[in-house]
Amino acid sequence: MTKNNQLADHYFRSLNRNIILIIIIVSVIPLILVSSTIYYQFRVAYHEKVYDHLRELVNSHSQNIDHFLQEKLSDIRFLSDICGRGKLEDEPFLQERLAALQKDFGRDFVDLGVINADGVQIAYAGPFKLARADYSDAEWFRKAIQSEYFISDVFLGLRGLPHFIIAVRNSREDGHWILRATIDFVRFTTLVENIRLGQTGFAFILNNKEKLQTTPMTRPSIDMIAGKTIYAEFLAKPSVSPSEVRIAVKSDSSQQENIYVAAFLKYGDWLLVYQQRAADAFADLGKTFKITTVLMFAGLLGIIMMAFTLSRQIVKRVTKADEEKQMMSKKVVEAGKLASVGELAAGIAHEINNPVAIMVEEAGWMGDLLEEEEFHESENLAEFVRAIEQIQTQGKRCKEITHKLLSFARQTDTTVQDIHIKELLEELVALSTQRAKYSMVEIQTDFPDDLPFLKESVSELQQVFFNLINNALDAMENDGGTLTISSRRKENYIIIKVSDTGKGIPEVNLGRIFDPFFTTKPVGKGTGLGLSICYGIIDKMGGKLEVESTVGTGTTFLVSIPIKENSDGLQIEM
Amino acid sequence: MASSSKNSNSDRVRLLLIDDEKDFVNILSKRIKRRNIDVKKAFSGTEAIQALRGQEFDVAVLDLKMEDMDGIEVLKMLKILDPELAVIMLTGHGSAEAAGRGIELGAFDYLTKPCGLDELLKKIMAAYEHRKQDE
Repeated sequence: MTKNNQLADHYFRSLNRNIILIIIIVSVIPLILVSSTIYYQFRVAYHEKVYDHLRELVNSHSQNIDHFLQEKLSDIRFLSDICGRGKLEDEPFLQERLAALQKDFGRDFVDLGVINADGVQIAYAGPFKLARADYSDAEWFRKAIQSEYFISDVFLGLRGLPHFIIAVRNSREDGHWILRATIDFVRFTTLVENIRLGQTGFAFILNNKEKLQTTPMTRPSIDMIAGKTIYAEFLAKPSVSPSEVRIAVKSDSSQQENIYVAAFLKYGDWLLVYQQRAADAFADLGKTFKITTVLMFAGLLGIIMMAFTLSRQIVKRVTKADEEKQMMSKKVVEAGKLASVGELAAGIAHEINNPVAIMVEEAGWMGDLLEEEEFHESENLAEFVRAIEQIQTQGKRCKEITHKLLSFARQTDTTVQDIHIKELLEELVALSTQRAKYSMVEIQTDFPDDLPFLKESVSELQQVFFNLINNALDAMENDGGTLTISSRRKENYIIIKVSDTGKGIPEVNLGRIFDPFFTTKPVGKGTGLGLSICYGIIDKMGGKLEVESTVGTGTTFLVSIPIKENSDGLQIEM
Repeated sequence: MASSSKNSNSDRVRLLLIDDEKDFVNILSKRIKRRNIDVKKAFSGTEAIQALRGQEFDVAVLDLKMEDMDGIEVLKMLKILDPELAVIMLTGHGSAEAAGRGIELGAFDYLTKPCGLDELLKKIMAAYEHRKQDE
């Protein structure tokens, strides 16, 4: 038995574990697959979006800057072509032009100067004292005198401030001369500074020697400068089309990923670089990742909790069902036992009937013969007569036993009819009144009038209650007591309670009282079949026969009989 | 033919006892004979029918449960041979149905086996009276 329990325990534990595992696996795998796929797709799309945005940003700004430079160059060229050297050499006129330019374009132009072929500034208009300055050794001059126009890199020059120059060479009139303009560095830098995104995005311009041409508000740190190879890489591959934008992602020395977006300016001389920390650029993606992760873990937690609760519930139900099944099979076995015992009993009863009848008749025949005169003288006549009577009495007892056995095997009259339980019980009580009087038993009854009809066999119900009442009277035979019979309705059952105040049934016997042939009555007084028969009858009706007993206090039998649907609601009128 | 011999032994009941339990029939017939009743024993349905062909009876006691022939079938045959024969059936416990069927077929009454001799004699006398009244 304990081994069985252990086995069952082990089985239910492994069942519990398996259910949990299956639920978790079946729910978690799709959850993870779906979440990660969606996240991956979102990540790819988001990267594309961010790169496209940056590309667009850098591209439009590089065009802006190029446009700015072109515009300035056109202005200077226009000035040089229209006015000619003669007019421009006149410093007041030059100052007037500068003022006009500044009026049109704000402070973009810092100064103007006219330089002859020897590199001497022959006219100057501007805030610095640079008249007659000699630029013959300046790098920009040497380059400018060789081409029609020239835009220099940023340099300090004579004034000691970072600036760059737009120069236009003019060959008309007597030989080469140059009109140059200085572009305000601060204003130029603003163009680049406007390119800002997020917390760490900034832009700057490098020349082809990787020298900064603007002063970014966040200066590229040493680390960032250490990533210079990236600029070199950009510079190493000349642009195919002016609008080409390149993107690279590299880690700097502090292991932070940076996004570099670069576009060429000024016909490939300068490189506009936009730099941003990847974490910053993809901040929203990071947020999404966090939310997804939190949601996924919440989901996982939910699934795990549900798995545990669900499996516990399932196992509980299975356990209950299993217990019920065991109870059922026990009952079925008992019913089967009862049935087979019943068949056996019926067979025996039939077989025994004839020999008993013959014995009784033979004894009767002996009795007949004893009436002959010749035996009247015998001194043992009285003994003979007594013995013959005894045989006949015992024969009758055999007959009673076989009758009961046969009742047990198949109930006599099973015709179903409407029964008013009150009437049936009152009849039986009336039958028992005489016997109760002899045993000093008081009978108390409580039968409500309004109980619905029962659709059962009268004789079967009579048999059941007659048995129960007789048992109760037997229990109180010597000492008297009270027999209480009551009926009431509980849900779809009529419950009849038969209680005595007799000696009670010891617990050892309580489990066996419904077993066939089990009796505590003295030999010859009971067959041990009465309660088995009752149990069989009530069980067949779909009802229950239960017993409660306390030694010394008394015994109560509870009979529950189901009310059949079509008789429900019918009430007897009295 | 039946009426010619009927009045000759009018004071003694002529009984046909049919049961395949020989010992039972033997002892029962001895006891009944002792009580001034003519008894003819038949140990099977066939014997009963043969007996009835050769002789007239007032009352028959018929066991419904026999080896060779079903009691009800025997009853039918007996009733064909002598419609006025009063038949008392002996049934096993719980075979009320068969008894009911027998009554429908014209049996006079039934007794549940095993039954006491006094009970049986009372029924036999009642059956005899019944038959006499019918005539």
